Amino acid sequence: MSHGHVHETSAGTSNRVKSLIAALEAANVLTEAQLDGAVESFLTHAQPANGARLVARAWTDAAFRRRLLADGNAAAAELGIDLAHWAPVKLRVVANEPGRHNVIVCTLCSCYPLALLGPSPSWYKSDAYRSRAVRDPRGILAEFGTHLGDDVEITVWDSTAEVRYLVLPQRPAGTQAASEQQLQALVTRNGMIGTALV
Amino acid sequence: MFGVGDRVRARVMNPAGHTRLPAYLRGRPGRIEHVLGTLPFPDQRAAGVVSAAQTAYTVRFAAHDVWGADGEPRDSICADLFESYLEACE
Repeated sequence: MSHGHVHETSAGTSNRVKSLIAALEAANVLTEAQLDGAVESFLTHAQPANGARLVARAWTDAAFRRRLLADGNAAAAELGIDLAHWAPVKLRVVANEPGRHNVIVCTLCSCYPLALLGPSPSWYKSDAYRSRAVRDPRGILAEFGTHLGDDVEITVWDSTAEVRYLVLPQRPAGTQAASEQQLQALVTRNGMIGTALV
Repeated sequence: MFGVGDRVRARVMNPAGHTRLPAYLRGRPGRIEHVLGTLPFPDQRAAGVVSAAQTAYTVRFAAHDVWGADGEPRDSICADLFESYLEACE
């Protein structure tokens, strides 16, 4: 079991967070009510439905798609989504195309497009995903049930600075007649991380 | 300053403090994919230098330049790296 570093338990993390909150309250930096309000606001506004709105609009509006790929923050703002509300980040949307697939990871911590996808799944923050996504993306994708041909180029986007990545999946075949709202319902969180196809 | 398409190499370094240059990319050659502009420089900000900023770039590394023969020939990794993490590469 000894391999040179400490695995922190969730109980350990929880105790550290409690101590930090107590210290901030004692220093009059925040109150419990303010903290509860911030968490509630975050959970209300930061949801995968936001990412799905961007994707469905890009599927139905070629000009919007171009703007989204060129300047993610500005395109999200058109739909009333403020990317920089939670942290000063730049959004870069990377598009899957025939023969090209994209996957996002943060090998150094757990950077994630919170405003568009909500809180990240625990596997995204796991050591296993973070280390293997860059080393063996095909193996990781296969474990998610996503099997890509050898002819597909995979780009893994390692979020090492203030850029947050979102994958624009390919529009599923046979959805020409679907409304934008129906398309939104097809978009999955994992599809926007790149571990699944839509 | 680097421009899009320039060949660069991530520096070999092992600083005592905070850095956002992943160890697996140190010493690896890549190509400037995108100029991100000026961003807060984490290595200095972690040390309390609040105003520190530096030009950052998205750099694309071929999987075989990072993992040798174990990297898939068509795959690549992009990372967002600061100017001082990079050196010009012939």
